[in-house]
This record gives sequence, structure tokens and C-alpha cells, in this order.
Amino acid sequence: MTDSLAGNAVSDAPPDMSDDTLVRVDNLVKYFPVKGSGMIGRTVSHVQAVDGVSLTVKRGQTLGLVGETGCGKSTLARCIAGLIPATSGKVYFEGKDITNLPRGTMRPYRREIQMIFQDPYGSLNPRRRVGSIIGEPFAIHKTATGPQRKKAVQDLMERVGLNPEHYNRFPAEFSGGQRQRIGVARALALRPKLIICDEPVSALDVSIQAQVLNLLADLQDDFGLSYLFIAHDLEVVRHVSDAVTVMYLGRVAEFGPGDQVYDHARHPYSAALLSAAPAADPDAAAARQRIILTGDVPSPINPPSGCRFHPRCPKAQDRCGIDEPALESKAGDPITHLTACHFPVETGEVLARADRREQR
Amino acid sequence: MNMVRFLIRRIITGILVLWLVATGTFFLFFTAVPVGVVARNLAGRAATPGVLAQVTRYYGLDRPVLAQYLTFLHKLIKGNFGQSFLTQQTVTTIIHQDLPVTASVVVGGVLLWLIAGLAVGILSATRARSLFDRVATVGVLAGVSAPTFVVGELLIIFVFVQLNQHGISFIQTGYAPLSQGVGPWLGTMILPWITLAIVQAAVYTRLSRGSLLDTLGEDYIRTARSKGLTERRVLYRHAVRSAMTPVVSQLGIDVGALLGGVLVVEQVFGLHGLGYQVVASIPAGDQPVVIGLVILAAAFVVAANIIVDASYALLDPRVRIS
Amino acid sequence: MSVTELQFQAASVSDAPAVAVQGRSQWQLTWRRLRSDKVAVGSIIVIILMILFAICAPLIAHATGHPVDTAYPDTGEDASGLPVGPGVHGFFLGTDQIGRDLLVRIAYGARISLFVGLLTTALATIAGVTLGLVAGYFGGIVDAILARFFDAALAFPFIILALALASVFHPNLAIVIGVISFFSWAGISRIVRGQTLSLKEKEYIEAAKSLGAGSGRIMFLEILPNLLGPVLVLATLYIPTAVTFEATLSFLGIGIPEPAPSWGNILAEAQNFYNTSWWYVVFPALFLLVTTLAFNLLGDGIRDAIDPRTERLFAGSKNGRRKRGKGKGTGGLNLDQAIMVGEERDLTVDNPMPAGEG
Repeated sequence: MTDSLAGNAVSDAPPDMSDDTLVRVDNLVKYFPVKGSGMIGRTVSHVQAVDGVSLTVKRGQTLGLVGETGCGKSTLARCIAGLIPATSGKVYFEGKDITNLPRGTMRPYRREIQMIFQDPYGSLNPRRRVGSIIGEPFAIHKTATGPQRKKAVQDLMERVGLNPEHYNRFPAEFSGGQRQRIGVARALALRPKLIICDEPVSALDVSIQAQVLNLLADLQDDFGLSYLFIAHDLEVVRHVSDAVTVMYLGRVAEFGPGDQVYDHARHPYSAALLSAAPAADPDAAAARQRIILTGDVPSPINPPSGCRFHPRCPKAQDRCGIDEPALESKAGDPITHLTACHFPVETGEVLARADRREQR
Repeated sequence: MNMVRFLIRRIITGILVLWLVATGTFFLFFTAVPVGVVARNLAGRAATPGVLAQVTRYYGLDRPVLAQYLTFLHKLIKGNFGQSFLTQQTVTTIIHQDLPVTASVVVGGVLLWLIAGLAVGILSATRARSLFDRVATVGVLAGVSAPTFVVGELLIIFVFVQLNQHGISFIQTGYAPLSQGVGPWLGTMILPWITLAIVQAAVYTRLSRGSLLDTLGEDYIRTARSKGLTERRVLYRHAVRSAMTPVVSQLGIDVGALLGGVLVVEQVFGLHGLGYQVVASIPAGDQPVVIGLVILAAAFVVAANIIVDASYALLDPRVRIS
Repeated sequence: MSVTELQFQAASVSDAPAVAVQGRSQWQLTWRRLRSDKVAVGSIIVIILMILFAICAPLIAHATGHPVDTAYPDTGEDASGLPVGPGVHGFFLGTDQIGRDLLVRIAYGARISLFVGLLTTALATIAGVTLGLVAGYFGGIVDAILARFFDAALAFPFIILALALASVFHPNLAIVIGVISFFSWAGISRIVRGQTLSLKEKEYIEAAKSLGAGSGRIMFLEILPNLLGPVLVLATLYIPTAVTFEATLSFLGIGIPEPAPSWGNILAEAQNFYNTSWWYVVFPALFLLVTTLAFNLLGDGIRDAIDPRTERLFAGSKNGRRKRGKGKGTGGLNLDQAIMVGEERDLTVDNPMPAGEG
């Protein structure tokens, strides 16, 4: 069990073969070069989008991934999906190393790992008919042709809640929620094992969000899917996830089972994030203290030393600017709940008052 | 400082391009056909064996290709374009003779098309959808569709012939050099200028109108207006300046079209300039002239592009930095 | 509101209502708009007539009894050896200076001009689109090289190339087709490249990659369909350019060689007779002008039919008044500028058609 929740340290050990780990990411790093001017500019610096992230997704489960814009979650997703080459680190799928595979070798894995995108308007080709869009995976991997394909596509449409008779329509003729369903149908076509959902409901109206989330949950049960669910809305993530990873500026801040992280957040960042989430009950909301973080998110080109959160952290001390905290369980948490912090939030501690930086 | 470096880079690129063109020209004329044909082509149709021998010696046609190439380049750099074996004049002499004609046509034509095109374009943009604009638009469409030589010939028929028939002889075909007085010179230049300018002016009207309309819709123009600047100032200090960048860009591309226009206009109006010369040299089989003028044309294009790039960099400082 | 609360509400709401209207493809919509545009329809008719005219050239020769190359010095020339005018001695449009039937020559000239115009544009479009896609999609060094190549080709004075080639190889049809194709191709490539550069960043391209689609598939099945509109407009507008170019080359004597008639070389000869035989100049010129005008108007019409937000040249037409939205300034003439300047402006290729939104 321990191996499957790898920490930040680079692991030379062979990948974990335990059956219920579907995807294992090991110390993934992705830097984007920033080039100087001119056609052949030298690389001046790097955007450290993902800087040593490790996580696992278990079969049939949902790993939620939260963080602010710019924390690297989308980049991480694309590295896992093989859309962007990783700078270093490893991605294991069912025990096999799929990091930076050449396109031909990667191809069969593409049937197993699919993605759903955020923008219902941008993720579908406006010039193609819906049937053709959903049937694309069959065409690419040559698994069904002709009437067989049409039937399969229409079954998919029905399964996601679309009218199969709209097979020949264009995306423009559908609403945002319906378009996301089209995206889901497309992702589902080849019966993948993992679906990476990159903020799939962020662009939808709240009532439609619920529908789509319900759909995803149903599909997970029916098809035994695993999800890597990326979002910035904590309530949504809480609802759908079995485990949650909180990312900050390219690194994992906290990782653990959903309840653990939400009810007993150890990392000050997680705590701040959770305190900012709107609560349904107005009384509960009023009773809760908002932890206000000062400052902006630093640039990923020049991230702070040591713990990346330390300039904004209400609990930061000198050590935080020097030593990078390891991802391990703190303060008596179970081994499944890991935090990267030198001074994690103690049970019952209220951070709001501890924040001295507000007072100038 | 940036500007100087920018210019130097452009000039170096220009020289490189010229070298490429010269090389290409060499290969086309000297190696694309068998040596015997090359000699004959260069010597002209009515060449005697004596002339053929002379040509072969002059260009070193019996020597290996590389040696020929180097000779060719060497001559070019010294400004020696060879000589027309047909007329026994050096190409350089011919160029000197014909250049004033072509220069008159080009300078006048370009000025006219720029001024007309921009003026109509700006006026159209500021009076969008007015009667002026509508009429201009129709004019533009007609202008864009017409090939230059057709315009020229129609102008001759409907203006020159008609005027002459009514006894007005101000407009003439052929060329009257400035030395004969500004009046005659203008008389021979007006129709060619209009011909050259019409098609291009149409293009530039459409371009500047569109560009200016886009610019006028931008936020910073609205800000300038709200600052209380007069419309005229807003227009000329802010809007026009940035609207001009696509126009200048287009000018660079149009240098090629300009050359074609010059060829045609000189042909239609009987102006014995460089264009006329080169067109006449082809059926006459006078290749040295063709070679010389082709390279000269390339040099002109390169030089014009450098000037255009420099103007663009003046208008848009961002270009200098990249 | 928490998601759980909404879940409850959502369960009672049926699926978003399906769009009741019969969906139409974008091309169907474009065609309908084009059909209602009188100017465009007029242009199409003129073009069809011109094509028929060209095809029927041998018929015309037969009907008038005057083959294209045959000179009639007796009936076709007057006493001083000058061409006779229209209607004289059965020559509908008059004759040329050696007594050949002008109508028949113009008809055969139409064949050449239209053939060259259409063929070169077709070749240029295929080559241009392919190269533009490759350059735009692959980026990197491939694009760096190709883009410079396109830029150079665009500014290149092709007429000089034609001159040089004609000087070495003597004027012929192959040179004409080669030079014109090359010229048109660079312009098309440039624009296709620009469009591809912006389109390849779209999310649906990423989606296609994540499905495992190869480069070829993405270029031709995902990106290309979004380009077809502008490419069609571009091609339609390049045809008159090609026709004009051929005419100009022939006029200068470096295009179609005599005795084959081309509108250009007819006009070259006609030059010498402008003050005696106006018909010799006016009729070929008229045919040339009408053809180029028709294609230009058609191109304009197609552009507007595809994207009604562009401003029409003839704003008085029904389409012109039905302007949508405000946009900045006109927002229009962008394709125009793109063609002229080769800038990578947004040709509004994939704005969703306003059908059934929401």
C-alpha cells in the first residue's frame, strides 16, 4: 500500500504492481522553455509548470485534482495523456511505462486513456457532424466501420442522454451541456479505462453541471471507469472524488482520501482554499472564518525557494524558505493522507487569526 | 541605434538575395540549354560565325561551368553587364538611355497611386456609407478588375484619340524628355501615370479604407476622442499612422506588380524605357540586354523592399526590436 | 448552492430540449444566401455564359463559316488593308488586320484564357493548401523554411521570371501555366498557413490528438474543413488574377505565341489600330473585363454568403442591409486584407453559425 502513494522522492524501485493502481505518476516534471528574441533565440529561463508531482489513480475510482489557475494541473493532465512530452519523471499505466512514448507505440494506450475538455464550444470541430465526431475514435483505431459504426455511435449517444436521431447535426445546434455529452460520448467510444476530465463542468450553467456530473457518475459505475477529475471548484471535486490532490505552483501540497482532506486539511493552502469555498448553509458560512491569503500567485518562471507557498503562508517561518517540505503524513494522519508542509495545520487550529500579514 | 542595425541586417539580406538571383539567372541562361544554343542566343539571331566566336570568347562559353559562373559574377560586380551584339551598344549605355523614361513613369505613377489611393481610402473611411463612399467603392471594383494594358488602351481610345480629334494635342503618346519642357513631358506622362495608378489605387483605396475603419473602431481612438482632441487630430496623428502599416506592407509586395505595370504601360504608350527595351529584346533574341535588365530589376526590387521595410519599422517600432 | 442541492433539482428537469428546427449544414446555409444575392447570381450566369461561349468556339466558327486562323483579305479587309467593322460582310464583330474573324478569334481566346485561369488556379489551390497546411501544422523548422519561401515568392516579380524564361525557351503555353501557377500558389499557401497556425491551437485539435489521430488525419480531416470557405473565396478571386496575368503576358509577347489567339495577344496587335478600328480593341477588352469583373463579384458574393458580417461592396443589396452585430468598424474586408497582405487575420472560419445556440 505504501508504494502506491509515492512521495516526492524520486523512486528507483520498480513500479507497484498492485492490481488496483491504474495510473501512477512518479515525480513528473514539465518545464517550458522561455526563448529569447529572434528566430533562433536561446533559452532564457523556464516556466516550471509541473515540478515533481507524484500521484496514483486507482481502478474504478476518481482522483480529484484541485488548484488555482496556473498551478499546473492542466499541464499535468496533458503529460499523463501523452499530449505534451514530460521533461522528466515517469507515468505508469497498468504498470507499464508510457512516458514520452513515440506516437506509434503510444497508440494502443490512447484507447485506454481519454480526455474530456473544458470548453464545450471549442472541443468539438464545428465543421463536422456529431456522428462523425463521436465515431472518430472508431475510424482512427479501425475498430468499426459503416453501419456497425453508426450503430455504435447511436448507442453511445443514447447512453449519454442525447437523441440518436441527431446523428447528422452539427455541434452548433446543441446546447453547452449537450456538447459536453458529445465529448463524453466521444471519450467513451473505445471503452477506455481512464478518462481525464479537464474541468469538464466549469463552463456550464450550474444546473447543467449537476446533470453532467450525474452522467459521469453513472458511467463510472456501468463501465468501471477511473477518472482524473480536474477542477477549481472544490464543492464539485468533493462530490465526485474518492481521493483528492491539492496542487500549488507545480507541486503537490496535499493528497489523501476526500473526507480526510476536506474535513482535516493539513496544508495551510488547502485550508485557505476550503475556507473560501461557498457553503450552502448561510449560517455555517457566517460561522466559518475566511482565511485570506495575501499577495498574488508567484510566477512559475521564478518560483519561491523552499516551500513554494511560504510567501503567502500565514504559518510560514524561516525554515520554509529554505527547505522544501517532503510529502508525508503529518500530525498522526493515516498513511493515506500526505501533506507537504513543515508546520501543518493542527486539528482544531484556526488559521484566520494566525495571519499576521494582513495587519500593516 | 536599433534602426541602424535593422537596416544593416536588411541590406545584408538584400545582397544575399541579389546573389541568389544572379546565380539563378546564370543557370537559366547559360546552362539550361546546350552550349551552342547559348552562344546563338547571346549573339542574336543574325549572328555570323565571327560574332559567334566573339561571343564564345567574351563569355568563356568553352570553359567549364564554374569558370563561366565566376566570370559572370566578376563582371556583374564590376558593373559590366555585357553588350548587345545586335546593336553593338553596351548594356550599360542602353540602361543610361532608357532609365529617365522609366524613372519618370515609375515615380509619377507610384506617387499618384499612393496619393489617390490613400486620399480616397481615408475619405471613404471617414464618410463610410455616404454617396462618396458608394461611388468610390464601385470605382474600386472596376479598377481592381481591369488589367493595366486594357485600361491603357481604353484611355488611348477614349481620351487621346478623342482629344486629338478635337484639336487638343496636349496629350501625346511617346516620350518627351524634361529637357523639352515640363509641358510636353507632362503631356506624355499623364495618361501613363493614370494607367499605372488606376488599378493599384483601387487596391490601396480598399486596403486603406478597411484598415482605417478597423483602426477607428479601436479603443484607443475612442480614448483620444474622449480626451477632447479634434477629430482631425485624432485622425491624422493617431488613426492614420497605425492604419498605414498594412499599406506599407502591401507596398513591399507590390513592387513586383509595379514592374509588370511599367512593362505594360511603356508598351501601350510607346515609351522607350527599360520595360519597352526588355520586351523588344526577347523576340529580337538580344539576350545580353535581357540578362542585364533582369538583374537590374531584381536589384530594384531588393532596394525597394529595403526602403519599404525601413518605413514599416519607422511606423511600427516593434519590428525593429525583433 | 451546493451540488447536492442542485442534483435534486436537476433530476426533475428533463434533458435540455432538443432543437426543433431542421438543422442545416453550413454549406446549405451559404448556398441559400448566395442564391438570394442578385449580384452573385448575375456573376454566376455571366461566367457560365462565358464558359459556354468558349466551349462553343468551334461551333461559332462553323456557324459563321470563318475558321479561326483563316484570313480573308478580300472580304475581311477594306481597300487600304485595314480591318472591317462589325456587321460588315458577315463578320459580327469585325476583323483583325489580316482579315480574320474577330468574333471567332475572341471565342478561341476565351478558351485559352479560361483554361489557363481555371487550371492554374486549381493547381495552385491544391499545392498551396497542402503546403500551407504542412507549414502551419508542423511549425518549427519546416515552417520557418516554408514561410520564408512563401514570403519571398509573394514579393517576387513573376513577370521578370516569365521574361527570363521566355527569353531562353521561347514563349509557350507551358511557361505561362508554370509561372502563373507558381505565383498563385505562394499567395494561397501564405494564407492557409496563417489560418492553420491559429486553428491548430483549437481544443478540438487537441482532442483529436488525444484520440490518437495522426498528422495527416488532423490536417486534412479536422483543419481543412474549417478552411474550405476562405479557400473557396480565395480561389475564386485568384481566377481573374490568373486570367489577367495570362492576358498581360500574351500582350507583351511572352505568353501565348501567335497564331493561337489569346485575348492578350489580340489586344497587342489591336494596339496599332486604335485610331482606325476601335472594335479591334474594344471587343476583346470588353470580354476580358466582363470575365474578370464577374469572377471578382462572385468571389465577393461567396465571401459574404459564408460570413454575412463582412461588408458588401454593393451594400444596397438585400444582404448588405442585413448586417449582423457591430463588431469593430466594419470588421469586414478582412479576407481582402489577408489576401492582399497575407496577414494572419482572423477569417472568422469557425465562429459557430448562429443556429440553435444556447
